[in-house]
Amino acid sequence: MSDEKPPQEYQSGESALERVQAMTRFTPLAQALGIEITRFERGRVWGKVPHREELVGDPETGVIAGGVITTLLDHLCGTAAVSGMKIPVPVATIDLRIDYMRPATPGQDIHAEAHCYKLGKSVAFVRAVAYDDTPDNPVAHAVAAFMVNSNNGRKMGANLRKPKS
Amino acid sequence: MSTPQIRVAEAIARIPYARFLGLRAELKGDELTLVMPFAPHLIGNPVLPALHGGVVGALMEVTALTQLAIASKAEKFPKTIDVNIEYLRSGRPLDTYARARVVKIGRRIANVQAEAWQNERSQPIASLHGHFMTPEADEPSV
Repeated sequence: MSDEKPPQEYQSGESALERVQAMTRFTPLAQALGIEITRFERGRVWGKVPHREELVGDPETGVIAGGVITTLLDHLCGTAAVSGMKIPVPVATIDLRIDYMRPATPGQDIHAEAHCYKLGKSVAFVRAVAYDDTPDNPVAHAVAAFMVNSNNGRKMGANLRKPKS
Repeated sequence: MSTPQIRVAEAIARIPYARFLGLRAELKGDELTLVMPFAPHLIGNPVLPALHGGVVGALMEVTALTQLAIASKAEKFPKTIDVNIEYLRSGRPLDTYARARVVKIGRRIANVQAEAWQNERSQPIASLHGHFMTPEADEPSV
């Protein structure tokens, strides 16, 4: 999704789930955390981050770090925004609010589902919930806004150059 | 003897997720700066490239929690109630720093603000405003 070539409509032969999964595959952080996209509908995605010792936030209790849940929710919200687009363009988080309802059960995978309930020309609005058991017993809830087409006007590698003062 | 600097460094080193992010603590007096050295696995947008919003959020959250633990002289980390993160600039593939300010410690809830920046302190890339359970309120009251 660089600016080097014009954005294209999804290939019809490509499964919708595969192209949403590809977005996660090309995100180094999502790969490092092991985030998986398990299900997809236009504007809605389901995913999980499998439990790993490295992701624990409190070694005494073994509870997963709040930051992992922040990252999972941010990533799934962004994916949900892109999944609702006819022509996929990059998005960037404008703001993200997360309410933590309870600590995650130690040793459990964290699941999440995100819904982009309004996809505008410039801004996408998304909400998401994270849980380890069922969505009715959430660990955390998120509301986020995303800038649509965040790379607009910036070429590949734009962030590697010195900023204009 | 265990100085506050060592205690903070040890507390951070005990968090597996802080190690995953590569966080390093610097303490000047009672003010903490967390450093997140750039690493390729922190990238969220490989085209620009830009840091993933989630790790910038996580960095500020750990900073807020640790600064609050220092300010409230608590042994345990407080629990997060909510965080509100605002993204101001795209995170470049550079080292990122974060500092937090404890706005208020109440009987049950503490209010903390944090900011993350890269080359210039005056050009923050993101800010966080969070509410946390004060450690004492966390104990069973019976």
